[in-house]
Amino acid sequence: MARKAAAKPAQSNVPEFTKEQELEAFREMLLIRRFEEKAGQMYGMGLIGGFCHLYIGQEAVVTGITMASKKGEDAQITGYRDHGHMLVMGLDPKGVMAELTGRRGGLSKGKGGSMHMFSNEHRFYGGNGIVGAQVSLGTGLAFASKYRGDNTVSISYFGDGASNQGQVYESFNMAKLWNLPAVYIIENNRYGMGTSVERASGQPNLSRRGEGFDIPGEQVDGMDVRLVHDAAKRAIEHARSGKGPYILEMLTYRYRGHSMSDPAKYRSKDEVATMRAERDPIEQVKNRILEKRYGTEESLKEIENEIRAIVTEAADFATSDPEPDASELYTDIYAA
Amino acid sequence: MPTILMPALSPTMEEGKLAKWLVKVGDTVKPGDVLAEIETDKATMEVESVDSGKVVDILIAEGTEGVKVNTPIAQVQAEGETLEAAPGAKSAPETAEATAVPAAETVPSMAAVPAAPKFEAQADPDLPAGVEMVEMTVRQALNEAMAEEMRRDKDIFLMGEEVAEYQGAYKISQGLLQEFGPQRVIDTPITEHGFAGIAVGAAFAGLRPIVEFMTWNFAMQAIDQIINSAAKQLYMSGGQVSAPIVFRGPNGAAARVGAQHSQDFSAWYSSVPGLYVVAPFSAADAKGLLKAAIRSNTPVVFLENEILYGSTGLVPKVDDYVLPIGKARVARQGKDVTIVSFSMGMRYATQATEKLVAAGLDVELIDLRTLRPMDSATVIESVKKTGRLVTVEEGWPQNGVGAELVARVVAEAFDYLDAPPLRVTGKDVPMPYAANLEKLALPSTDEVIAAVNSVTYRS
Ligand SMILES: Cc1ncc(C[n+]2csc(CCOP(=O)(O)OP(=O)(O)O)c2C)c(N)n1
Ligand SMILES: [Mg+2]
Repeated sequence: MARKAAAKPAQSNVPEFTKEQELEAFREMLLIRRFEEKAGQMYGMGLIGGFCHLYIGQEAVVTGITMASKKGEDAQITGYRDHGHMLVMGLDPKGVMAELTGRRGGLSKGKGGSMHMFSNEHRFYGGNGIVGAQVSLGTGLAFASKYRGDNTVSISYFGDGASNQGQVYESFNMAKLWNLPAVYIIENNRYGMGTSVERASGQPNLSRRGEGFDIPGEQVDGMDVRLVHDAAKRAIEHARSGKGPYILEMLTYRYRGHSMSDPAKYRSKDEVATMRAERDPIEQVKNRILEKRYGTEESLKEIENEIRAIVTEAADFATSDPEPDASELYTDIYAA
Repeated sequence: MPTILMPALSPTMEEGKLAKWLVKVGDTVKPGDVLAEIETDKATMEVESVDSGKVVDILIAEGTEGVKVNTPIAQVQAEGETLEAAPGAKSAPETAEATAVPAAETVPSMAAVPAAPKFEAQADPDLPAGVEMVEMTVRQALNEAMAEEMRRDKDIFLMGEEVAEYQGAYKISQGLLQEFGPQRVIDTPITEHGFAGIAVGAAFAGLRPIVEFMTWNFAMQAIDQIINSAAKQLYMSGGQVSAPIVFRGPNGAAARVGAQHSQDFSAWYSSVPGLYVVAPFSAADAKGLLKAAIRSNTPVVFLENEILYGSTGLVPKVDDYVLPIGKARVARQGKDVTIVSFSMGMRYATQATEKLVAAGLDVELIDLRTLRPMDSATVIESVKKTGRLVTVEEGWPQNGVGAELVARVVAEAFDYLDAPPLRVTGKDVPMPYAANLEKLALPSTDEVIAAVNSVTYRS
């Protein structure tokens, strides 16, 4: 193993969060964590089919970035590991969970599934199953921003594995050529399925992947939501101000298997346990909240209970909501 | 003496304007000198001299519109040529030829299109009497086929995502890394277009790659290299450079994975000349045909099916079980109706056949096994006997494999048909995720039975 647990770049002065920010981050990340745990459980019960890619461990990435973005104005797009993105962007957990179970109240009426959910209203564009495709699509969202001159940016998330796809580089080139307001977030969780970054990338420092295109890049500790947020602010500001694309490589980690069935032979149990124990993004926030007396065990417990209630409500809805009507088979194929 | 002809600026140009002369009679020109400017509504072009000599005549005046391509526009007297020869220049062989056949007016030769050759598939090899049959899964059969061929020929290597250390996303390459080592069992990054192209290039150089696509859905990233590079190479090189390569992986609907991960590419690839396309159903066919595919010097698209990987069948235990590409298999002989399918469609077709036979209908069931070359002869022969045809596939109806079969049967056995042929296909929709909708989108045994009842006019 070339690197131990996700490298922690030396950070001298960590930008501190306010009390509100710490609590917001705690709440958002905990919602993702609990939601995903529930989804995993429901998958085990046969309520969710096919693939189900959980975001557990990576919560700080989408949370910190979304906190630095203009919610509902800036566009976001990702791959199939998408539940957390939707929750943080404010999509209804009931709709997300019901999509996972393939019910009519799901965000895609049950027709999309875990990998395919979207929201025009929240400017979330999926939910994409083909590794790398979201990078070109996200660049297209940035193209539209610039075309309209509406001062929004587009944020595209993709994995370390996806970062090797050819269309990523075709997009990088055009994004810089046309100075599109595109922020690229490489969620480096160290593995693409069972292949570590070192076994897939000639240059494993993925933040350098834009150098040949003159796109600035940074490597960020993606387990610390404050650092994610701080870097995201820089990247988004760069893009919004017309300077063109920006790359952030988030060093993060997924605790669970790639999807639900995963032989987990490509990494040691110890590696996972160490990450959980030492780098957990939620524990970090929680500890700071307690240390700085932004909250107490009791007040955090209260938040936890609220979140549990939201997740339970989502799960109940997703189990009781009926399947789509058979007539939906032939709808939504051609646009009106 | 060289005659300058009105040139064509494009293959479709028929005439143009001689916009401007840049030389006059008496000028000396050398190769590369611009003689004139030509214009069409789309473009302008300079006419350069290819000869050295003196301009002795300008035949078309500057500003003339509608000058037909290949019309003589000037005469140049080559260095050393005598002036006496000039007036008769038009009888010079090259000139005569050039003016006689204006490109745009060439009449297409009607005798030109020869009949497409018929592909002669061989019969399955005879098995030795009392040969041992071994029960195995399709997965094991595919794995054995690759292992046996890799033992035989060290130019064969396997490349793809997660094929080595992970042992294959669907475990088809289980144990191959251990036996053949990392030089021959190669994990790639997630870069389908790139590694497919690399494998095709390696095949040009004489290696025999097996490219595993984690699923065929992801091969859409690479379809350019499969079709534009691999399939067309032999033809484009006039028979010199072939691409002995197998592209393989699971195709068709998987369970509950949604629209981007569930689709059938059979019809897509089987429309491409230069490819063989194989889509086996049984374990024995999976083994025998994959071995044939690996030995083929023509690129092969080998369409497996995730849902069939775990299904078992009997595979003959012989040293080299190689089946012919391009030969359908009559899975059951019968005289009342012909059902034709392949790959996963065979599951619905087989189940329907069992029920229909139990209900007293004598069904002939044909497994195409190969989609290109398509063994329509076996199907047509069968329909001549039964007069009725039902095709079964998971793919979309329009331009599907069934559509092709029906067209061929109608063209070649029209008089034998007792009912319009029917196709059972996947529905004309992207694959939905919801369990109930997914079931409706896929073909079913009941739909096959209904189609058979319809073509046999039973209720
Ligand atoms: C084009 C394409 N190739 C292969 C796959 C199968 N696949 C799905 S996820 C995945 C790994 C991606 O890894 P990474 O980009 O690091 O994202 P992560 O799963 O770690 O979030 C692969 C190979 C796919 N969906 N699309
Ligand atoms: Mg990854």
